[in-house]
Amino acid sequence: MKRTPGRRLRRSLLALIGASSLVLAACGGDDAPASQEPAATDSAAADPVRIAMVAPSAINDLAFTQSMYDSLQRVAKNRDITIDVSDGLFIVEDAGAAIRGYAEDGYDVVIAHGTQFGGPLSEIAPDFPGVSFLWGTSTDFQGLDNIYAYSVRSDEGGYVNGTIAAQITESGVIGVVGPVEAGDAKLYVDGFVAGATAQDPSVTVNVNYIESFSDVALAAEAATSHLASGADVLTGTAQMVVGATGVAQAEGIPWFGTQSNQTPLGADIVVASQVYHWEVILETILDQIAGGKLGGEVFELTLANGGLEIEFNDAFGLDADILAAAEQTVADLTSGAASTGL
Amino acid sequence: MSDFFTLSVIVATLASGIRLATPFLLASLGEMIGQRSGVLNLGVEGVMLIGAFVAYFTLLRTGSTLLAVLLAVTAGVVMGLLYSLITLYMNAVQGISGIGIYLFGLGFTDLLFQKQVGTPIPVKGLDELHIPLLADIPHVGEIFFQHSILVYIAFLLVPVAWFVIERTTFGLNLRAVGETPEAADTLGVSVNRIRLFTILIGNSLAALAGAALALELGIFQQNLTSGRGFIAIALVYFGAWRPLGVMSGALLFGVVSATVNQWKTIGIIEGAASSLTSMAPALLTIVVLVFVSRRIDAPSALTKPFDRSG
Repeated sequence: MKRTPGRRLRRSLLALIGASSLVLAACGGDDAPASQEPAATDSAAADPVRIAMVAPSAINDLAFTQSMYDSLQRVAKNRDITIDVSDGLFIVEDAGAAIRGYAEDGYDVVIAHGTQFGGPLSEIAPDFPGVSFLWGTSTDFQGLDNIYAYSVRSDEGGYVNGTIAAQITESGVIGVVGPVEAGDAKLYVDGFVAGATAQDPSVTVNVNYIESFSDVALAAEAATSHLASGADVLTGTAQMVVGATGVAQAEGIPWFGTQSNQTPLGADIVVASQVYHWEVILETILDQIAGGKLGGEVFELTLANGGLEIEFNDAFGLDADILAAAEQTVADLTSGAASTGL
Repeated sequence: MSDFFTLSVIVATLASGIRLATPFLLASLGEMIGQRSGVLNLGVEGVMLIGAFVAYFTLLRTGSTLLAVLLAVTAGVVMGLLYSLITLYMNAVQGISGIGIYLFGLGFTDLLFQKQVGTPIPVKGLDELHIPLLADIPHVGEIFFQHSILVYIAFLLVPVAWFVIERTTFGLNLRAVGETPEAADTLGVSVNRIRLFTILIGNSLAALAGAALALELGIFQQNLTSGRGFIAIALVYFGAWRPLGVMSGALLFGVVSATVNQWKTIGIIEGAASSLTSMAPALLTIVVLVFVSRRIDAPSALTKPFDRSG
């Protein structure tokens, strides 16, 4: 058989690619940035609890995924745990494969950090009764005793943000950029609208769900269209809000954040951020797992249990009276003296 | 509904539509040129991501938008060389190769972003370039003449692409290679050389499309393009492989997206209707594609590798 130049080139390249892959596999390792060494110093201690997290966006998205990742890091300071992360798995099937893979690899805890992962989880969890699965945001542990569901009363922080927004808007129009109308995103938006209208019924709050958690460009256009409709204060939720914050930053529009402290996205424009502290429930869950209970319960982050915190950006220069009123609202929601009505 | 039919809102919507159309247009023009020569590149999305990251990272580190654009285009050329190697000289199946390019671009940019940048850091993106006199025309100026330079470049490339394809020797050879490469080869046209050029042009424009997106937004994030590359490929079919058709498709997609966006903003549509209308741009594209496919034939040699030895 006559060997053509193309065939020779193909064979050479295939050999080179194969050799390179072997070398890279040998030199590389787990490049997951979240891998942690056990904190225990006692060599005779039990093996650390192996925790894996599967998330739909990057661990540094300044939003949903980062909130859980940061919380895990805080938990790791006081517990003997290891953490491995598979992030950016916005395709549900890929996330399902990762969840199953971690379970098969003997991880003690697998966190399915995404409401959309519930479908695969319902099939995977029964196959691994000795593994504890955490799933959020959700309030349904699917009747399984090895799933902990976790959610967040994001409407509380949304309510606080909304009350502030209603006081600082001059045009009386506020814009909200949302992803998909579900989960903690919807709760946050509903709480924000409730807070704004409770503070000032004459305020108009326009809500645009762009039907995507990841389309940054569409989020930017949503923010732009809000401004075209007269909005002079903006908020939004989920990982695509970096598009909207960019517009807010460029136009000098005050922004309210949620899930993580979003001040890095606009030091001059971010008024306040509702920050999730998942470690509040993670600690309890890990204690229960250590005691043998692998699931069958729902946990929520609230202001009252310390799972939610409103972090104000001092650089924004919020009026002292408005700030005091906001802090009072936080106190009232925390004590139960006030409610979001949701 | 009356809130939408105010002049300011309509003007803002149309301007937004043109902005949204730009990445589609750039990527589609590049893909169209490649497909007219018989090469299908399903990796447009991956190349867009690479162009977007290179542009963003360059701007972040140097502050120079010009350098950002140039390096993004260079990255596109590099990806084009890679794709040429795989499809023209190794004769790999074009469809599968393109998917490989897409996956490579998706993963590689995510890796680079995680390792080199980390947390999303906003950068000052492209400024608006107001065309003198024209930008001052009431309403029309805001719609057409107050955009970034890459928007103008994208639309100026439409007549340029038409002229090159329809009125130059290179364009004649390009079309011949895409329809009957054997006949073109017989007449002394180097089929693979023509295809190499079209692949390089196509990938450069795809990278430029990604750069336009990143520089307009002033940010980069994983999967920034969110499937726009694949829509751009569909728009090539929509436009019947003609520059004007591709532009029409990109504008239709952009304006419909902007309109739906505006309707949701002012509350004309909400709830379940919001989810349904978000599909409108894609549904419209599919409907038109069905009509187009009945009337226009794709380049005869599309996806078929050329082997001179026969």
